[in-house]
Amino acid sequence: MKELFFELSQSWQLEPLEMTGAIALWLVVVSAIVLSFVATFAGVTSWVERRVAGRMMSRIGPNRVGPQGFLQWMADGLKCFLKEDVIPNEVDKPLFRFAPYLVFTGTFAAFAALPFGYGIVAADLNIGIFYVTAITALVVIGILMAGWSSNNKWSLLGGVRSAAQIVSYEIPSGLAILSVVVLAGTLNLQAIIAGQGGFPWDWYIFNNPFTLMAFFIFFASILAEGNRTPFDLPEAESELVAGYLTEYSGMRFVFFFFGEWANLWVMSALITTLFLGGWQIPGVADLAGVVAGVQGAAKTLWILLSVVVFFAKTLVLVFVVIWIRWTLPRLRVDQLMVMCWKYFVPFGFLCMMGSALFVLIAQSPLGETVHLVVRLALTGLGGLVLLLFVRRTILNVRELQDPFYFKVLE
Amino acid sequence: MTLLTAIGLSDIAFFIFALLIIGCGAVVAFSRNIVHSGFALMGTFAGVAGLYALAFAQFIAAVQIMVYVGGVLVVILFAIMMTREIGRAESSNPAVGRFPAVLLGVVIGAVLVFIALQFPWTINPSTDFDPTVNDLGDALLSRFLIPFEVLSLLLLAVLVGAVMLVKKEIKALPPEEKSS
Repeated sequence: MKELFFELSQSWQLEPLEMTGAIALWLVVVSAIVLSFVATFAGVTSWVERRVAGRMMSRIGPNRVGPQGFLQWMADGLKCFLKEDVIPNEVDKPLFRFAPYLVFTGTFAAFAALPFGYGIVAADLNIGIFYVTAITALVVIGILMAGWSSNNKWSLLGGVRSAAQIVSYEIPSGLAILSVVVLAGTLNLQAIIAGQGGFPWDWYIFNNPFTLMAFFIFFASILAEGNRTPFDLPEAESELVAGYLTEYSGMRFVFFFFGEWANLWVMSALITTLFLGGWQIPGVADLAGVVAGVQGAAKTLWILLSVVVFFAKTLVLVFVVIWIRWTLPRLRVDQLMVMCWKYFVPFGFLCMMGSALFVLIAQSPLGETVHLVVRLALTGLGGLVLLLFVRRTILNVRELQDPFYFKVLE
Repeated sequence: MTLLTAIGLSDIAFFIFALLIIGCGAVVAFSRNIVHSGFALMGTFAGVAGLYALAFAQFIAAVQIMVYVGGVLVVILFAIMMTREIGRAESSNPAVGRFPAVLLGVVIGAVLVFIALQFPWTINPSTDFDPTVNDLGDALLSRFLIPFEVLSLLLLAVLVGAVMLVKKEIKALPPEEKSS
């Protein structure tokens, strides 16, 4: 985005003071674009999630507002704008008011460094992935703040649980990230994508057995960090009513959920970037070279294609996360902690060391061949699992013989 | 990064961060509610991270957020929330009297002013952004390898100590009591 600005500003011939204004305006415009994207994504995802949940529970879900109920999210948003913002008497008012914004800021700030396509990123940070993991710390503080200030035992328990969970799972997710960083040799998200290729065997997930393991550790850890089922203990409705959300209503309540659905994009985009090849188009080995070689509309088209690839991968992952939420039961608190500290952390270290070892192996003579064989074998394994899964699903659906099941849209 | 330095936007950002640091620091010091103090500390930490970012030290800025906001502050808040009677200022913020407070303030202020005057401040003429991560990593694993390893040993000792402190003591019952 910075490059685009410099290209544009050169043609305007601005005075220094005007330049200051132009830069300030540009910052506002870029953040407004990202904010509108996040808002639309969060809104639409709220509808998608409810429809998918309905389908998985053999019910229909919201289908009245607009075609297939698609406009439900706008109706919900409007309703929450108009609702009274109830602030109970005994709450710690300044903290209670401030907490939702902090949670939302923590999630939204991560979008600054997330890539959306080739060269499409609000701020191409040198420390990209590290920045994203660091800035989400604000979410922890916000949740603790909400839990404490509500002056409610459910809220407090939910807040403390959530903070403990996020702080714990930062470690395995960080280790999994490191095992990719070791391969890429950079923290920059665009450069990590540039280090991969278009085909599955060029992706970091199938790079070696350790990154394959790191992928699953990262996936589970980031679900836990985002408070998604099966790790949504902070809002476990059977124990804690709604956890730290209990006392909130109206727009402040929506801000929390805004953050949660925006976080859905953050986690899926991160997985896509780190493990699934990001915006790399299959069959195009050197996208940077291709884009630099063409001008005008062709350039835009290539960039657009990379955006489409990135969005497709990310949206599939968003669906998988929703799917997991409505399929798996919730873990117990002690199980959650055992899983993190006794399994994910040691295996995370193993992934990092193994991945580093594999970099050395790949550099040795004969290493190139060994590496290619390993990559192809792992990709084959992944494809086989996917194939078996699809076959099983088809068999199950055939056996089900429930006409309701096949009507996807109602 | 000529973007920020050329036009004084960085000056504006500097004053915003400085205000954030000092304002939140004042809340930390003067608030009668220790929970408010704890949360206000976040503003100070974030402001310092902002200053690091303005000085082109992106990595240090992210570490500041990750370690202080995501780690230290969360632990402080946990400790505060598990303490009883934190609503009463007398028990949470016991006063030591005017005289020691003034004395301490004057001494610390003098030290800080002395350092600020003595330190040979230089203005970095470079306006180009220079990534620091590689240099930091190289330095930590070559020149500063031994301090780095000693630090990690220290942290390991702290971890083991913490586990020892919270470990449940399971004592075998004396045999005569067991039989009765």
